[in-house]
Amino acid sequence: MAEKLVGQDISPPDLRAKITGRAKYAEDFRADGMLFAKLLVSPMPHCRVRRIDASAALAMDGVVDILTADDVPSVDAPGEPCLTNEPLYEGEPILAVAAVDETTAADAIEKIRVDFEPLPFVLSPLDSLHPNGPNGRLDGNTMIGRELATIKWTEEDFAAAPEGSMPMGEAAAEWTVGDIDAGFAEAALILDETIVHQSLSHHPMEPRTTMAYWQNGKLYIHTSTQSLARTQSAIANMLDMDIEDVVMIAEYCGGGFGSKISGSTIMQVPAIFSRKVNRPVMLRITRYDETALGRARPGFQAQVKIGFRADGRITALDMYVLGDGGPYGRSGDNMSAGSTASLNYTPLSQRHRGVAVYTNTPPKAAQRGPGGAQIIGMLEPLMDKAARELGVDRLDLRRINAPEGDVLFGPRQTGLTSVHVKEAIDQGAELFGWEERLQRSGQRNGSKVTGVGVGVSPYTAGSRGFDGLLVIRPDGKVAIHQGIGNLGTHSIADTARAAADVLGLAWDDVEVIWGDTRRHLPWSSVQAGSQTTFAHTRANHAAGMDARRKLQEIAARDLGGQAEDYETSDGRVFRRSSPSRGMTLAQAARRAIELGGRYSGQELDEDLNDMTKRSATALAGTGLIAAARDNYQNEGGIQSWVVGFAEVELDVETGQVDIVKYSAVTDCGTVLHPRSLGGQVLGGSIQGMGIAMSQKWVFDPVWGIGFAHRLYTARPPGILDVPLDLDWAAVEIPDPQNPVGPKGIGEPPVGAGSAALTSAIADALGGKCLCRTPLTADVLLAEIEGREPAYGPLDLHV
Amino acid sequence: MSDVEIIGKPERTVSRRIFIKGVIAAGATTSSAGYLFRGSQPLLGALVVQGSVERLVTLDVNGQQRRVDVLKQETLAMTLRYKLGLTGTKLGCDRAECGACTVLIDGVTSYSCSVLTHSVRGKRITTIEGLEAEDGTLHPVQQGVLDEGGFQCAFCAPGFIMSMVAMVEQNPNPTRAEAAQALSGNLCRCADYDKILTSAMRAAEYARQQA
Repeated sequence: MAEKLVGQDISPPDLRAKITGRAKYAEDFRADGMLFAKLLVSPMPHCRVRRIDASAALAMDGVVDILTADDVPSVDAPGEPCLTNEPLYEGEPILAVAAVDETTAADAIEKIRVDFEPLPFVLSPLDSLHPNGPNGRLDGNTMIGRELATIKWTEEDFAAAPEGSMPMGEAAAEWTVGDIDAGFAEAALILDETIVHQSLSHHPMEPRTTMAYWQNGKLYIHTSTQSLARTQSAIANMLDMDIEDVVMIAEYCGGGFGSKISGSTIMQVPAIFSRKVNRPVMLRITRYDETALGRARPGFQAQVKIGFRADGRITALDMYVLGDGGPYGRSGDNMSAGSTASLNYTPLSQRHRGVAVYTNTPPKAAQRGPGGAQIIGMLEPLMDKAARELGVDRLDLRRINAPEGDVLFGPRQTGLTSVHVKEAIDQGAELFGWEERLQRSGQRNGSKVTGVGVGVSPYTAGSRGFDGLLVIRPDGKVAIHQGIGNLGTHSIADTARAAADVLGLAWDDVEVIWGDTRRHLPWSSVQAGSQTTFAHTRANHAAGMDARRKLQEIAARDLGGQAEDYETSDGRVFRRSSPSRGMTLAQAARRAIELGGRYSGQELDEDLNDMTKRSATALAGTGLIAAARDNYQNEGGIQSWVVGFAEVELDVETGQVDIVKYSAVTDCGTVLHPRSLGGQVLGGSIQGMGIAMSQKWVFDPVWGIGFAHRLYTARPPGILDVPLDLDWAAVEIPDPQNPVGPKGIGEPPVGAGSAALTSAIADALGGKCLCRTPLTADVLLAEIEGREPAYGPLDLHV
Repeated sequence: MSDVEIIGKPERTVSRRIFIKGVIAAGATTSSAGYLFRGSQPLLGALVVQGSVERLVTLDVNGQQRRVDVLKQETLAMTLRYKLGLTGTKLGCDRAECGACTVLIDGVTSYSCSVLTHSVRGKRITTIEGLEAEDGTLHPVQQGVLDEGGFQCAFCAPGFIMSMVAMVEQNPNPTRAEAAQALSGNLCRCADYDKILTSAMRAAEYARQQA
């Protein structure tokens, strides 16, 4: 019997290409006659283009053509066009020039003269809500439901807020569960705090480059995207094309973190430009461009009121979150913050209000743990503050509020498939040595003060109903087709194990097929929201079961007995009672081809997605074809947890924070691939540490120009910013709705890393919670030295 | 309603675009004198010199003599990627901030995005493509990374691996802290630093065994 693949460390099949330089990312492709495009981008946060003089540029040798907003599809507000004559943020693309090489294209851009009319702009949601405040868009400053709208708060709303607190006027969305007045009435302690969380760019290492060309009416597009099946369909939608006319190649993606979920708006530019000039066009996105158009996590300005019983149980939670909506789309972080808090603390009553306000800052998108990571990083140190004031143990306060299996959370009172956060807290305390380290809390050694912190962070971890597709080939190898993307999580390989284990395969007998729509891939989830591990272990398990059943039937047909009498393992299907009676998978695949029909893809299940049907039909006759939809149990939400623990040393003379130790324990079901899981848990945690400590934007408030458009100014964490002493573990209790057992993990570690740090730093400050990120040295020093901070209590981008 | 006049565009001299209807707040049309006009930033931070001519040079890349025409302002990263077909060297920032373009020049790590190609004539250039032996045997550093499953998206991997190669040459027996120091010129946005360091330690071990 082959050893189960789930739970083993197996290096992913694409790693060798990645470490030898052979892996081709979008920017590495070349095509005959390929032109390079460069973008002319807005120099101001909001303006209107009045006149473009491109005559000098177009007269240059080597310059082929210009693409302007007239050439691209218009979109309904507040959707985002790929080129515009009314840019809504600094760095927004206005036009593109194509030339024979990149240098010439860049030179041509410099020769174009544009006459701009500046328009009002706003950088902070709160400023736009002011009665006379500017709006980021001319057609409104928020969405109410599905409609663009303008919300202005009154002078009275602003006057009613105590000094330094957030004013609270009309909300765009609101929900209440239970009676918060009664909840606060029975509280022994009420905290009422004002919170500021920064906006921050995703900064994937690979900018969102795309190369495109057309042949025989088909678009061939090489692009950097997190997903595959879902990006192909998104491109078809954006360009109003038939999905079968989009050929997409995306074997590798240099990071996304939510910024490249189903492609990017900007990928339209080379696609449309190429069609216009009838030559391949490469649009290489620079780091400067990437920071502008590459998406960002929405910052928050929020007021949080929490009522605690004497034992630490939360009786009422009342939050009002203003989200930075960026200039386009509909940002949901400000509302998902409410449901994440509801899940993590199960308050006896809760009200959540929010407005996502349009601003003239880079466009917003989901970033690992959208809404959840922000609010957890802000609320966890407040849990410590309450524990301190109530005299309750910090972990006990979290345990008494933590959800159990019967939890119902959020506005719709959703249930869960599984939850084991309390086990994660206990296991993490043990791994980290919480009790022992807590003894050092507040101890001063020279100029350094020790702080110890904890962050408990949940997030969604799965979806359902997608398809699995595999082929048992006549050579006995099994090709598992994956329609998900390959952004570095190893999901393309790891979720394939679910099918391989059903068939009892050795990993060497498995070939993973991914990354190219010509390779006949199944309909899949977006590679985002930590969905794929859960969704595609289920889908591949379903495909594995379909293959197993067909193997059993073929064996029974040829060798006698019932299908149920047969077992599959080690490349054979054989009779359980008499293992020598059987056939190899190679033989079975040949029989499947002979038999045809449902055995080799000529007949397919009705419930498969059309994309899967097309792929399976294209593969028909090449072997034993198994294609199945995930119809496993479908009840309740799917959520994973990471509990992070940190010990820090705060230098009270410099404001520098050194992380001494970080441990994390996750509740994400069965461990699919330990080493990769560790990479997700710790990597996500470190991204969270960057949120807590360093990563930021700074804008010139007069001109609305960003000053942190480079990596060295935005400061994502480097290898010296994180402790050498990192460890992690998993609770390893299988999710009952997944026959393989795992849940997703990408999202929750970010909030855990951020919160463990905000909690530990507050601890080092003697329990003072600054309720603001990032906690850079200047912010901390102002507090330590009792100086007036250089920014107002609700100021963003400082 | 507003129109945009576009001058010089082929196939039509003036095109019109309907703008979103909206009321422009009073005082919106302030002077734009405070804004410096800027397109996408000039490529690679270098001033683009129109009319510059290419010059044929010979470069020693991965042990091969490669003759190539280069512009005087051309960076090594551009030459490698666009003229020599060596796309394993990645451009992450164009500006010496991320290390994805790290190559070895006479065995020393260098950001090829910030090195002029003309300045490396006569020097030994090693890129990620030059590590693997002709028979497909991986460099001990690559083998270390493979065995430890290092990196996630791996866009930073070629740069990190070049830094690891320089590290094992200079410090064959590093501590984890020394390895972190040696790799601190490279950024990994997946923040897979723990696995990268474990890979670096494995790499050093393999390199010692082979030495």
